[in-house]
Parts: sequence; C-alpha cells; structure tokens
Amino acid sequence: MLVNEKIAIEHGLKSDEYKKICKLLKRTPNITELGIFSAMWNEHCSYKSSRIHLKKLHTKGKKVIQGPGENAGVIDIEDGDALVFKIESHNHPSFIEPYQGAATGVGGIMRDVFTMGARPIANLNSIHFGSTQHKKTKNLLRGVVHGIGGYGNCMGVPTIAGQTSFDRSYNGNILVNAMTLGLVKKDKIFYSKAAGLNKPVIYVGSKTGRDGIHGASMASASFDEKIEEKKPTVQVGDPFTEKLLLEACLELMSGDSIIAIQDMGAAGLTSSSIEMASKGNLGIEINLNKVPCRETKMTPYEIMLSESQERMLIVLESGKEEIAKKIFDKWNLDFAVIGKTTNTKNIELFFDNEQVANIPVNTLVENSPMYDRKWKKSKLPKKNKINKTIFKSLKIKDTLKKILSSPNVCSKEWIWQQYDHTVMGDTIQKPGGDSGVVRVHKTDKAIAATVDSSATYCWAHPLTGGKQVVCETWRNLISVGAKPIAVTNCLNFGSPEKEENMGEFVECVQGISEACKYLDYPVVSGNVSFYNETKDIGIKPTPTIGGVGLIKDYKKMITMDFKEIDNIILVIGKTEGHIDQSLLSRIILNENNGPPPEVNLFNEKNNGLTLLNLIEKNFIKSAHDVSLGGIITAISKMCIKGNKGIQIKKPKFLINEVEYFFAEDQGRYLIEINPKDLKEVSKILDKNSVHYDEIGKIIDKEMIIDQKTKLTIDELKSYNTNWLKSYMV
Amino acid sequence: MKSSVITFPGSNCDRDMDVALTKFGFKNKMVWHNDQELPKSDLIVLPGGFSYGDYLRCGSMASKSKIMLSVINFAKSGGLVMGICNGFQILVEAGLVPGVLLRNKYLQFICKNVHVKVDNKENSFFKNLDKKVLEFHIAHNEGNYFCTKDQLKEIEDNNQIAIYYCDQNGNTNDQINPNGSIKNIAGIFNKEKNVLGMMPHPERMIDESLSGEDGSIFFKNLLNNIK
Repeated sequence: MLVNEKIAIEHGLKSDEYKKICKLLKRTPNITELGIFSAMWNEHCSYKSSRIHLKKLHTKGKKVIQGPGENAGVIDIEDGDALVFKIESHNHPSFIEPYQGAATGVGGIMRDVFTMGARPIANLNSIHFGSTQHKKTKNLLRGVVHGIGGYGNCMGVPTIAGQTSFDRSYNGNILVNAMTLGLVKKDKIFYSKAAGLNKPVIYVGSKTGRDGIHGASMASASFDEKIEEKKPTVQVGDPFTEKLLLEACLELMSGDSIIAIQDMGAAGLTSSSIEMASKGNLGIEINLNKVPCRETKMTPYEIMLSESQERMLIVLESGKEEIAKKIFDKWNLDFAVIGKTTNTKNIELFFDNEQVANIPVNTLVENSPMYDRKWKKSKLPKKNKINKTIFKSLKIKDTLKKILSSPNVCSKEWIWQQYDHTVMGDTIQKPGGDSGVVRVHKTDKAIAATVDSSATYCWAHPLTGGKQVVCETWRNLISVGAKPIAVTNCLNFGSPEKEENMGEFVECVQGISEACKYLDYPVVSGNVSFYNETKDIGIKPTPTIGGVGLIKDYKKMITMDFKEIDNIILVIGKTEGHIDQSLLSRIILNENNGPPPEVNLFNEKNNGLTLLNLIEKNFIKSAHDVSLGGIITAISKMCIKGNKGIQIKKPKFLINEVEYFFAEDQGRYLIEINPKDLKEVSKILDKNSVHYDEIGKIIDKEMIIDQKTKLTIDELKSYNTNWLKSYMV
Repeated sequence: MKSSVITFPGSNCDRDMDVALTKFGFKNKMVWHNDQELPKSDLIVLPGGFSYGDYLRCGSMASKSKIMLSVINFAKSGGLVMGICNGFQILVEAGLVPGVLLRNKYLQFICKNVHVKVDNKENSFFKNLDKKVLEFHIAHNEGNYFCTKDQLKEIEDNNQIAIYYCDQNGNTNDQINPNGSIKNIAGIFNKEKNVLGMMPHPERMIDESLSGEDGSIFFKNLLNNIK
C-alpha cells in the first residue's frame, strides 16, 4: 500500500507532521513505518502539547529515587525499601466499553509498577461520571466498578482508596484514573534503558492479537457520534495472565538476567521497543515472524500496533535465555527471542525475510513534534454578592441532609465493597477514610495513599484549583498521621488545540508545581490525557493527584471516627466563610459563579506539620480534614464512623452560622483530643501560630447544634449511606 | 504441627494463609500445584484466589491439578483439609464436599466483615471453641451456596453445616445473608468432618490492626485441636 498525505491524516497525523516524517526519512514511509510514526507521535505517547509545560513541574527532592520519565516514579521509604507508584488515565476506552476499559486501565498501571521490579501492594482510583440524571451514567458507573474490581480482585492486590464524582461535564467523556503502589528493595529496581550490543530481546506474556490497534491514537482524538464504531480499539483484559506474568517477572528479577524491561502498554511493541532503544542510545532489530500471535495472517503493521494486554519486552544478558525460558514455561507463558540490540541506532523490522521498516530511533523520540500551543490566561472571578438574608431562611438540618446525601459527598460503600480491599493482609485503613493505609509487610512502617481532584475549583480558577488539589492530598495524608512524601498526577483536560482548554492545563500545572515546591512534595510520575470532549464539549479541567506518605510506626495511625465521649473537638485553621464554588453554593443556592477558596500555602504547610507534631506526641485521638461541604459535613462523617454524637458550641466570632458550617476555606482539620491535653495542645498550636477554635465535645448518639437543631447519628447515617445504593438499584 | 498450603496458578491468598498459619505456630510449607506429592502434613489448606482465572466454573480447573489427586487421597484417609473461598470452590469441584457455589445473588463481588455462627463443634476445626459467633471477612463473587433438597436433607441429617451467616447475636435470617446462600450456609463439612470448605477468610482477621481478631481465635483453637 502506497502511503500519501491522505492516509497519514487518516492516521491522526497533521499535514505538516507528515511532511516532517518524509523529510526526516528522506523518503516516503511505507505503511508499517507510517503506523509506527502515528503511534509514537500522537498526543498520548509523545506529550507534544504538554511536554513544554511539564518541564516546569517540581520533580526533585531528597526522597526521590526516580522522577518522571520511567515506567513509574520511585521514592525512598527508608531501611533499604523503595516505593514505586504512578497514576494513569484510561478515559476514552472506559467510555466506549466501561468494563474492559476500566479493567485494562488497572492492568496497565499495575504492569508499569511491576516492570520496575516492585510487587504491587495497593490500588487506588479516581473515577468521574456525568450527571446522575444522564441516561448513560448508571451503566457506565456499574461497568467501570465491575471492571476495576474484576481486574484488581483477581490480581490479589487490595484497592484501598478512591474518589468518585458526578458532574454534567463528564456526560460525554467519563474519567477513569487508576493508581498503583508497589514495594521494592532499593537495590533491586529495574529500568527500561537497554545496554550492550547483540543482547537478546525477549517477548513474554500473552500472545499478540488484533485488539487495541490504534488505541493510543483513539485516546488522542475527540469523540463524535460514531464512538460505538471504535469499540474494536478497546483492549480486552486477562487478569489471570497478568497475575502469572507478575509472578514470573518477579521470579526472573530475583536473579541477574535482566538488562532492561518495559511493558507493552499504549502503542504496544512499537513504543516498548523504541523506548528501550532510545534510552540506551542503541538500535534494535526485530523479526516479526517470531512474535507469538493469537490470530493468523497478522501483518507487520498489525503486530506493531496491537495493544494486546499482559505483554512485556525484556533485554536479557546473553546466555541467560534458558534460565528465563524455564521460569516462563513454569508459569505457562509465551516466551520468544524476537530480536537483538544493535549499534545502528535504527529500529529495523523483518518479516518473511524482508525488511519491512527501518527508522532512526531518534526521529521517533527526540524529533517528535513539540508544540507551544496558544493558551488563554484566566482571570480570578469576582466574588458573588450573596444576599445574606437567604442564609436566614435556610434550616441547618435540611441543608445538611441535602449535602450529606448529594452524589459527591454520600458514602461510596456500594462501590468499594465490590473491591477486595483486604487481600495481602496489610490493609490497616480501608476505603472511606481520609487515606488508605497498608503496612509494609513484616515491618512497623505503613504507607498512606490518597487520590483527589477538585474539577469545580479548577474550572473556576485553574491556578488556585491546581494548588488546592495538591493541598487536599497533603491534608488527607496528614489526617491519618502520615508524612507526605511525593505525588503522581493524572492531568485530564479537553482539547489542547483550544486556547481555553490549553490555558486551563497550563495554569493548573503551574498551580500544582507551586504547591508541590512549597510543600517539598515532588511529582515523580504521571500522565496527560487531552481531548476529553465529545462533540466539542470539553470536561471541566480535572487534574487528579495521587499523594503518598509514610507512617513510621503503624500503631500511630489516625482514623476519623470519634473515639470517646467528653473528648474535645478543635477546628485547626481559620474559617473565613468562603461560600463561592462550595457545595452549598452550587446545590443549595444554585449559584455556580465566583472564585474558589483561596489557598494559602504557608498555612497549609504550617497547619499540617503542626498537626503531625501533635500526632507524633500522641495527643490526637481522631482527625479529619475539612473539604467539600465544610465543617458540619466533616463532623457528620466523624460522628457516623464513630457512632457518637457531638454537642456543638456556637461559633465565637461574628460570622453567620451557615457560612461557618458550610464554608470551604482551605487548610483546615478537625481534631479530637482529651480535655486534659487541651492546655498542652493549645500551647503547641499557639507557639506555631496555628489558628484554632474549640467547636464542641463528643456526646452519645446525637448531634446537637442548638436547642432547636438536633440530629441522631442514625439520621446522619441514613442521609449519607442510602443515596448511592438506591440510585444503583 | 505441619501444614501445607497449595499454590495454584491464580491463587492470591496463599501468602496470607502462610502468614497466618506461621503466626500461630504451624510449620508451613508452600506446595506447587504441579507437584505430585504432598509433604508430610497435619493440615492441608487450599487458599483463596482466582485459580486459572476462574474463567470456567470457579475451581473446576484447579480441581484437576496434579496435586489434587494427593489431596483427595489425603482427605479420604482422614487427613484434615481446609478450603477457603476459592479453596472451598475447588473442594466442591473435586467432590470432597457436597453442593455448588453460584454467583452472588446481587451479581456483585462483596468484600466486608460478616458474622458467622458455629453450629457443630464435634470436629477438629471448631472443637473447644469458646465462642459461638465469630466475626470473619468475606471477599468473593461466587459464594452463593446451593444444593438439591435431597442433598440438603442429607447434609442436615449428618450435621455437615459448619457455619452460617448471622448477625452479631447469632440470628440467621435473609437480611444478613450476604450472597443468597441456601440456609445462610457459609461453610460445610464432608460427612466425616475432616474436610471443611468455607467462604469467609479467617486469615484476614488475625490482628487488631486489620479487620478484626476472631481469626486468631480460630487458628489458635485449630492448632490446639490438632496437637
């Protein structure tokens, strides 16, 4: 088949990109080569619109062993242990085919982690759906949850935390972001950089089929009404094979046979082979007849672009083929020597004794397009002038009921009960808390992890929103007693070719970077997902941040449930009464404008580190950060979890009660302390200039706000737990 | 006391079971499904997981593994065999305990704490247990126990029902039945009571930092009974 510009455009390449390819090759590419270029140069693989901005992220720190650029990030968690983690999107496939899309998203991210030699110890996810009124939402939610569970449960890796949100902007484009944490010894980390000449290149895992061809290109385009036709581009997952692949790879990794290893994710054999060659500054030669195929008569083009799952590419030390083969035979997995490393710095493909592609590796990687796209700066919206007489007409009880049972606040038990969250026997904080926590097997240490995003804030003001998401994860880690160490980010945006969307991206990234830098909380891995739009309607900007922290003694972990009657509750951080963009504003007042709450990085850091200090000194009995729905929502959750009530004091300063209870000012926590410790705790808070108010004390089974407003814990529970269950029936 | 845990391709609670058995004093060995012979053991455990992906009926492929011939012979000669979750499904498929395990009634995987009532203490697994209701943990998609009327009568006549799903006070009713199991059955013996299959995972309840500690009570008691 002769290649021309029209065919290139059908492959998702732009006209000038095609011209660049011809110029770089000094000839017209053949169809296989064009396929390879289109796979490597699409947005998903090349980061062509985002690269220039991602460079600004804060990625360095004392604990960073490996930052962005590898299969996953790696941080030091002391005692010779390292933690490998990353988050990745699988948005487009999950919208087309929710079960397989979500399942293979989970499978893909786990592969990224064990490729580096780490055993996965926890999964998390952040999933976003359209309006609960939209006809597709229920089925998509059901399918995605089944898919995540289907894959993770079978792998035997606990799903320990997550986030689910609903917003109209995801009606035509849901988000599925999956995160995995893995544990490895610091001196046993594996990388994807090939080294040495004439080293055997090995293919292991599942056979290659025709599934997922052009998956990465599909993920780099917007949707239209013909999305159903794209179903064949969604991969099909096989968690059983991945479980075998995990065990086989870890077994091989315990020896010294592997030089480099790379999983076949997006753009399959193409990107994995090119990445290894590029990092090692080598060439690679592959005989495509040797690739184990599931279907007959597959062409070189199809073999190179297939995104069949559960496959790995390995560069072995010469002479280790037999040792390696024995392990993969034991686990009943395909094993084939398909090529070797060369000094040509080209990728050379052979099929039926003919050369079918010969491309300089650097043209695919370093010379891939990079765009500095036009972007629009967004202004901070003006504050809403809310008529305060409205507040007087609001009944606290009714308002709280509406908020606790609203889709974005209600309990997500229906979801996480479908995920095995206790397998591996180390889950010490289950989903539903501020962070999930797993022990580092057979040690006193534990890892806390959380995943968050605040699309509404990011939409209102991307710079503030970007900062806020980072801070939210920071607070969620602190609330369980963990010292935050690093983050991974999944940047979900609309089309980079639109100035507004690109502006949202640029400014969210800036916000993330500022916050990460200030908090010494570097980004070590991540991924970008653009073109989240259908028929020109883009999603709200949704950067998702996965935060990870360390608890040195797991017995000091904190949970949010109220512990003991008569204990005192303090609010840490100042309540200013910021209502714009809050849940109260959006779902009670029906007001969607105004700026998000301001983020003060000094207060965030100071409040957080002071609270960690109090936890270290054993003063804190329970803690919870204040986020969506404000103080009263946070207190309600602590009551529900602890099955205890609270007698709330009237706020001391002159702020309207509604604003006090429902405002979403940042940098705040609720903490429970024993009355005898109040003096000492106040001293520490004062010394560190941390603002705090005493808000009440724990009582039995009732939330008493004033003489007229009382709620039983059972009432609170029913508001919070019933909505999702009845929605999904 | 010596125990052996069988690892099938796709088992994923084998390590957890090893940790639990070792913690309470068993000398445990891991046995590969493709081995022919069992090490000398006082207890054989088939662990949870998704053997062979459970793409066919759960447990059916694993029940035909090489090692299962030895496990079946061990059981027939009176040796203690315990199957947890997928292990229970394998025991059912191997014909070592009666009945079948269907998909959960609400067609969803369920992971949560449950209470179980121990009815029959005349066996090596529950003898001398001083609690009647234990808090265990379930994590399964196919735990809906089913058998024919005749089988049920036989099972009841022989006192083969090991544990029932119940509330914290030991009441069994439909409301607390998590998966639709007939008669709230969570675990069952063979006729001779030396083979136990159950859906709940005691090995996930062995530490106060985890979901609870009633698994510790179960394992300590089991060890004492075997000694």
